[in-house]
Amino acid sequence: MPPAFVELLQFLFSGITSGAIYALVALGFALIYNASHVINFAQGEFVMLGGMITWLLLSHGIDLPLAIAGAVAATVVVGLALEKLAIEPVRDANVVTLIIITIGAGIFLRGLTSVTLGKDLHAVPAFSGNEPLELLGATIMPQSLWILGVTAAVVLALHLFFHFTILGKAILATSHNRLAARLMGVNVNFVLLLSFGLSALLGAVAGILIAPITATHFEVGIMLGLKGFAAAILGGLGSGLGAIVGGLLLGLIESLGAGYISSDYKDAMAFVVILGVLFLMPQGLFGKRGTERV
Amino acid sequence: MLHIEGLSSHYGRIQALDSVDLTIGEGELVALVGANGAGKTTLLRCLSGVQPVSAGRIVFEGQDITRAPSHRRVKLGIAQVPEGRQMFGPLSVEDNLRLGAYRRRGPKVADDLDRMYTRFPILKEKRKQSAGTLSGGQQQMLAISRALMSRPRLLLLDEPSMGLAPLLVSEIFDTVKLLKSQGTTIFLVEQNAYAALGIADRGYVLETGSVVLDDAGRALLENERVKTAYLGL
Ligand SMILES: Nc1ncnc2c1ncn2[C@@H]1O[C@H](COP(=O)(O)OP(=O)(O)OP(=O)(O)O)[C@@H](O)[C@H]1O
Ligand SMILES: [Mg+2]
Repeated sequence: MPPAFVELLQFLFSGITSGAIYALVALGFALIYNASHVINFAQGEFVMLGGMITWLLLSHGIDLPLAIAGAVAATVVVGLALEKLAIEPVRDANVVTLIIITIGAGIFLRGLTSVTLGKDLHAVPAFSGNEPLELLGATIMPQSLWILGVTAAVVLALHLFFHFTILGKAILATSHNRLAARLMGVNVNFVLLLSFGLSALLGAVAGILIAPITATHFEVGIMLGLKGFAAAILGGLGSGLGAIVGGLLLGLIESLGAGYISSDYKDAMAFVVILGVLFLMPQGLFGKRGTERV
Repeated sequence: MLHIEGLSSHYGRIQALDSVDLTIGEGELVALVGANGAGKTTLLRCLSGVQPVSAGRIVFEGQDITRAPSHRRVKLGIAQVPEGRQMFGPLSVEDNLRLGAYRRRGPKVADDLDRMYTRFPILKEKRKQSAGTLSGGQQQMLAISRALMSRPRLLLLDEPSMGLAPLLVSEIFDTVKLLKSQGTTIFLVEQNAYAALGIADRGYVLETGSVVLDDAGRALLENERVKTAYLGL
């Protein structure tokens, strides 16, 4: 293999690995946006909680699979509580107010985590060791394969849920026409609750998958949330396919940019993408033209 | 079957309904006519629980449902075909119908789906297409079928003939008559007062949020006030 090709392959591997994580976070944004037109700026905190709670449980001697399950469950509970306690009581407030509430909730969750779990950086072990695998001359970490595999499984599960279950269709229906959904007997408060629960689940999964690579910390959610948001608007807010494509694309832009231009700008790419999309194509790649909100 | 007593409703500070009294008996077809902005849609929205009530009560089959959430009312048997049809545009025709049966489960749903397809074969032909691609008349048929999928005991129809060609209008009214003959209780809101009062057992006339007349359908057609204000005679 020519070295230039191996190098490119290496950048692509690392790009789709982080891209898959961004896609999961972006899907979380899309779910809540569809159910309520709210951009949930606490999404990044779900990611952080996934990693931090996994570490916490591991540090108490709990096995990895159980720690993961516990962290996912606890984060889902936080997501449900956020909807019940902070969003539902003011459900009829305007969208900007609701968005500000999610920003406040994010700050609260970060603060609470730093007070209870501290401000240190914590390592979480990789799921199946750190022995790199060789592929066409480039190397890939087993954790990357976990990330890609789990993300693919989650995407497939979501696809089946939205296309083949009446509950999934009711959620889609609510996002297309809230009034009609209510007239069909859909409990839209329950749909909103479910969206927060699912988003928290996606966030936690992303946070747990990435923790062995980046380590975890009470502030990891800020950057991951931002990148997930960039991915979501790149793909078109509210589009599931857009979230996935946007996530992978952002991951690739970052890793190719860092590899061929300068790694100094890696984190800046997300900002450039956000600004670029907002100026050049506000609907994103797969977004709906115009918003029909009833 | 349905008793409305002293019902008032507001949009912010604007009063849309002022102390409305209205009764619908089991098996009846009752029409509600009134000009633009009279409050007809608001009344139906209150009945379905998607519009807050500021005073009065709604009693359905002996149960006070004034504060019941919308999904419970669907379960109790109140379905609405809303103004403007309100399709789930990007979803398929069949998904729209299935969502109409959201509060029901079980094999009977498939039977009802077949029944709707028999009644409106065009819906069967287009069942995989997204609802947004249907013509206005087809969408109205879908909206009615979707509401029927919940097996309602009381069907609320908000201007089902609006914006349709004359041929389709008579098809819609034929459907309404058929549903009544099959035993469904119907509350029909129409600006097309002539057609609505013509098929109704009884009618109510709403003006700026208040009921100003109520009588048998035929009697209202003969009423001088109705003739000048709503029939253009
Ligand atoms: N969302 C709203 N916000 C504020 N006022 C409203 C709203 N919807 C309706 N109104 C007002 O309430 C009153 C009653 O409206 P409603 O839609 O019930 O009338 P309608 O009889 O159904 O009229 P139409 O025949 O045009 O459908 C009107 O004065 C209308 O301007
Ligand atoms: Mg109306």
